[in-house]
Amino acid sequence: MIKKIAENIWQIEKEGKMNVPITVYASEQLLEKIKQDKTLEQAKNMAMMTGVVKHVVVLPDSHQGYGACIGGVSAYDLNKGVISPGQTGYDINCGVRLLALNLSKKEFLKKREQVLNDLYKTVPSGVGKGSELKFNDKELDEILEKGLQWAFDKGYATKEDVEHIEDKGRIEGADASKVSQKAKARGRDQLGTIGSGNHFLEIQEVEEIFDKKISNIFGLENEGQIVVMIHTGSRGLGHQTASDYIHKMEKEYGFKDLPDRELACAPIESRLGKEYRAAMAAAANFAFVNRQFITYQVRKSFEKYFPGTRVKVVYDIAHNIAKFEEFEIDGKKVILCVHRKGATRSLGPGRIEISKDYRKVGQPIFIPGSMGTASYVLVGTEKAREISFASTAHGAGRLLSRTYAKNNLSSDKIIKNLKERDIMIKAGSKKGVLEEAPEAYKDVNEVVRVSNELGIGNIVAKLRPLAVMKG
Amino acid sequence: MKKQKFEFFEHTADIKFRAYGKNLEEAFENSASAFSFHVSRGGKIKSNKIKEINLEGADLEALFYGFLDELIYLLDAEGFIVVKAKLSIDENKLKGKLYGDEVKKYKDLDHVKAATYAEMYLKKVKTGWEVQAVLDV
Repeated sequence: MIKKIAENIWQIEKEGKMNVPITVYASEQLLEKIKQDKTLEQAKNMAMMTGVVKHVVVLPDSHQGYGACIGGVSAYDLNKGVISPGQTGYDINCGVRLLALNLSKKEFLKKREQVLNDLYKTVPSGVGKGSELKFNDKELDEILEKGLQWAFDKGYATKEDVEHIEDKGRIEGADASKVSQKAKARGRDQLGTIGSGNHFLEIQEVEEIFDKKISNIFGLENEGQIVVMIHTGSRGLGHQTASDYIHKMEKEYGFKDLPDRELACAPIESRLGKEYRAAMAAAANFAFVNRQFITYQVRKSFEKYFPGTRVKVVYDIAHNIAKFEEFEIDGKKVILCVHRKGATRSLGPGRIEISKDYRKVGQPIFIPGSMGTASYVLVGTEKAREISFASTAHGAGRLLSRTYAKNNLSSDKIIKNLKERDIMIKAGSKKGVLEEAPEAYKDVNEVVRVSNELGIGNIVAKLRPLAVMKG
Repeated sequence: MKKQKFEFFEHTADIKFRAYGKNLEEAFENSASAFSFHVSRGGKIKSNKIKEINLEGADLEALFYGFLDELIYLLDAEGFIVVKAKLSIDENKLKGKLYGDEVKKYKDLDHVKAATYAEMYLKKVKTGWEVQAVLDV
């Protein structure tokens, strides 16, 4: 039974084998959609896990995933709890990076096609399109352990880039020896690539600023300013790492007592739990460097067509990851292992985890819309720490299956529709475009509105796409 | 009427398929065809290369997961896309051959991130075996 607690807040009380209740943050309209698939069933399974505390959080963009739902957050006690790859997703540190340019829309539009074509060549997307960058074993291990520090040492990143990335692009405790050879083989030539599915690179304009003071601090200074949004993750290396550890965990700890085999897990403080933590950190560092290489190419492209353009990293956030963060439970300060799967961290003003440039106002949050629709910049809040384990939504959230999209929509119509709204697209596959049709997603405006109304992520600016690149 | 080898089902974000066979081997082989159908977006893949496969799982589900995981690994790490499989399964051990081609020869391919245990089952039915899996894409 789900009951309304307050505007946009719903609760499923503890029942059966659940250890904690579930809190759903959604408007009535979004909840109706959430109820249509297995989202809440999966949230109930998450609530049955050992050592889970307070409640399982279901965010406005939630939809059915595998094991845990997408848009689901759960936090574990370090002594009694578990770490579970299926609750963070196979794409470890799938995330979003935003770059701000000192370039106006008016200028950009003059060479839009050239820039897009150039990026399509230098930032590989789709299947089997490896990167030009090849690394030997030693270099790959260094990338996994040092993350952005490696990129900085080699001249692929500036000092300011490093400062403007979650965990400075290097999660401590990463151990390359805990990542299998198989995972390394899958990821080896994928650094600097987008991949396929819902991943993309978009050139956008700042369409509307809602909070002038904060947007200025983020480097989003005026409407019509060009920004670049990158959405990708740890590619095959991360996917294989999650698969490897699901097998290791079910082998060591079994799965018969779990509500779903996909939720295979290990106690956080066990040997295997610690090994996964080290492997996950390595895969996350790989993803940060992946987005850094793409940034490097974006800088080269803009330098080519608009010499002297400054490309600043606004921020880089991970929306598939487990983190160790401090919360207050029953009046006591405790460190919890927070699993975010399709959920963005939302830290309010003052938190030391945030780059010092933004510490006064809170952490930047990016919520990309579906292809060809608006994306948003939000800012983290103290309220999120209190009610949603410092988390908010990560995107529009899927609504229709790919099968449905393929059978009922037309790619020509979608491309025509984008063209009518003056959005240029370059994609490797027409069918891929079809699967990512805006109609297949929930309304990002509604997702962001609810986040803002609840105060778990406040709106700063709205971005509109001008050029889209997909696999 | 010839029975379908595999079918795809609705899933909000990922790919769910069911494969059928008169025995378990055939159900696995048809799963490889389903995988190939997804990756090739229904296009034609030639059978120019052969890969040996040899796997073991703790149980049938783990074997099925491991099999799909191997197809993904070959796609990413070795640039090989499967089109057909010829397998033999003994208890929880599988061996056989995968037929397919080099990924780089094809333009319009879709990716798979991982196999999952979500909604997975392998069951004996009147006509043989029926297996189901969800792929993270």
